Amino acid sequence: MSAVQEPGLTEGLSVQSHAGFLRSVLRERKAAVVGLGIIAFFVVLSVVAPLVVPYSPNAQTCAVFAPPSARHWFGCDDGGIDLLSEIMQGGRISLLIGFTATVVSMILGGGIGIVSGYFGGWVDVTFMRIVDYLLVIPDLAFAMVISEVWGPSVFHVIVVIGILEWSGTARVIRAQVMSVKERVYVKRARAVGAGNGRVIFRHILPQVGPLLIANTVLTIAVAIYLETALAFLGLEDPSTTTWGTILEHAFARAAVSAGAWWAIVPDGIAITLLIMGCFLFGQAIEDALNPRLKVAHLSIRRWTLRTLVGGAAGMGVRPLVGRGPDAI
Amino acid sequence: MSGLEEIGLEPRASAPAALLEVEDLKTHYPVRRGVTERLMRRPRRLVHAVDGISFSLARGEMVALVGESGCGKTTTAQTILRMVDPTSGAIRLNGTDTTRLSQRRLRPLRRRLQMIYQDPYESLDPRFRVRQTIEEPMLVHGIGGSRKERHDRTLEALERVELSPAELYVDRYPHELSGGQRQRVAIATSLVLDPDLLLADEPVSMLDVSVRAGVLSLLDGLRRDGNMGILMITHDLSTAAHFADRIAVMYLGRIVEHGPAKEVVRDPRHPYTRALLSVVPKRDPRDRSSPQILKGETPNPIDVPSGCRFHPRCPIAEERCTREDPRLRRPPATGDGHEVACLLA
Repeated sequence: MSAVQEPGLTEGLSVQSHAGFLRSVLRERKAAVVGLGIIAFFVVLSVVAPLVVPYSPNAQTCAVFAPPSARHWFGCDDGGIDLLSEIMQGGRISLLIGFTATVVSMILGGGIGIVSGYFGGWVDVTFMRIVDYLLVIPDLAFAMVISEVWGPSVFHVIVVIGILEWSGTARVIRAQVMSVKERVYVKRARAVGAGNGRVIFRHILPQVGPLLIANTVLTIAVAIYLETALAFLGLEDPSTTTWGTILEHAFARAAVSAGAWWAIVPDGIAITLLIMGCFLFGQAIEDALNPRLKVAHLSIRRWTLRTLVGGAAGMGVRPLVGRGPDAI
Repeated sequence: MSGLEEIGLEPRASAPAALLEVEDLKTHYPVRRGVTERLMRRPRRLVHAVDGISFSLARGEMVALVGESGCGKTTTAQTILRMVDPTSGAIRLNGTDTTRLSQRRLRPLRRRLQMIYQDPYESLDPRFRVRQTIEEPMLVHGIGGSRKERHDRTLEALERVELSPAELYVDRYPHELSGGQRQRVAIATSLVLDPDLLLADEPVSMLDVSVRAGVLSLLDGLRRDGNMGILMITHDLSTAAHFADRIAVMYLGRIVEHGPAKEVVRDPRHPYTRALLSVVPKRDPRDRSSPQILKGETPNPIDVPSGCRFHPRCPIAEERCTREDPRLRRPPATGDGHEVACLLA
């Protein structure tokens, strides 16, 4: 009997390795490739910015509000500073804030989500009530109050965003952990005598890993958005150059009425692009994790349903609800 | 196999302490009350999943726990494993009372006690290679010191469950194996610690009929030369009759009939056992003995019927069955160790 082989018995979720999972997401979803490409572009640009900026991002190199030209591609701002250099430099800080704040919120959210879902009981109740509070607090208003009280500084912005953004992640991770810990192989590990640490790190964390990645990427987008908003409202240290402060300066110095659209548009596009990239990539991972999203009638996206992700080609399913041509 | 072993429950000469003793074990789950129920002070209701069962199991013996879904077979195993806490009663493993031990104190004992789960598609971590799955118990219990030693033990366990050559399997993922192979890997994982007692919860019910016999005779061989005790949970009386030494039939959290496998099957005394046996497919297609289909559903284990808990479905119930709760006792003209909980047997 041991020679019997069953081909192609792969379930959608039981992927062997995370690398393999990411590869399959990238292979099968164009949005993921585009998103990851955008993120990679900005990350690389920020890393090499000090080496490639054409002009100093702090010194005056051209006329005030000089329009885009061959020498200054994106024109100049109110201080006669080259905008291309400034945006590249600003991206460094914006990304740094976005990534660091995200790491903070992921450690908080992931940790609390796992602890809450795994141990349950009063631990869970306590953490979830805190999450409830954080979820109903309007992000921006709360961030504004805190930045105002603590004073403007990059560090404060990171802390504020980190504190604000973990709650959603904690909820999602908690739910996933609660389902994973009931799986038979987790119970088996516990029956064998494995301690909580081993069960969490060896069996549960790998199962929630992809979800955590998806959430991280999505949180980066929110963090960068929040950072920009706070800076635009003047709640960030005005001496640091970020994408938000660039917008704020342009706005404060009446770039619009001066007709200097170039002081706002390229910067705005950079912010939009990065946020979009994060969303595309994050959503692609999330969708791959939950194939049901594709056929739900509540899905905002229009999906044509041809093959199941991870399934063999041609293994089409006819959804009961949905919008694809196959939908009944 | 000697004649004595066939009977199963013979008093052994030097009567060694049984490997597993379960005494009047009860596991009740509280039913969650809603806020209104709590405010109205409704009493806390209980699911009587396991409601007072006793049995014992010796080394080298296989006992089958048989019954319908929901009769408490799995809860019994979970309680013996202490994944669920018993309400009352006692569990003794090798003479050690494990009923009230803390999880921490229980950990070293878990080596001696391994479980095989029903669904091999669920019981193996999909991200673990066969090697990692089998090595995990050794890592947990800190045995098999060096990597080399663990590797050897892993291969040995695989060979023991007839997955050979073992090298072919150690680096596979569960999804690369067939159902039967997966169950064998799961069994290898339980064997690697050399346990005294195996709890097998419907070990073949999720497998193809063609591979069932193989897995069952593997288990049978293990207890014969491994000196291991096996508690097999099943709803298939014919399997139980073929492989087990003794059969305990459970109904609604109680053992209703208990005895040497052959006797229980040949001479069932409890009407419930008779009903179960009558629906086992006959080998002879011309055999027209009518299957006896029980009427109704298993009662809700929250509101256990009064008297004999089988009386609402019993074909021969009398008036006194609704009042008197029968105890397990040896009915007249039966062999040694055959016990039935029926007033009319």
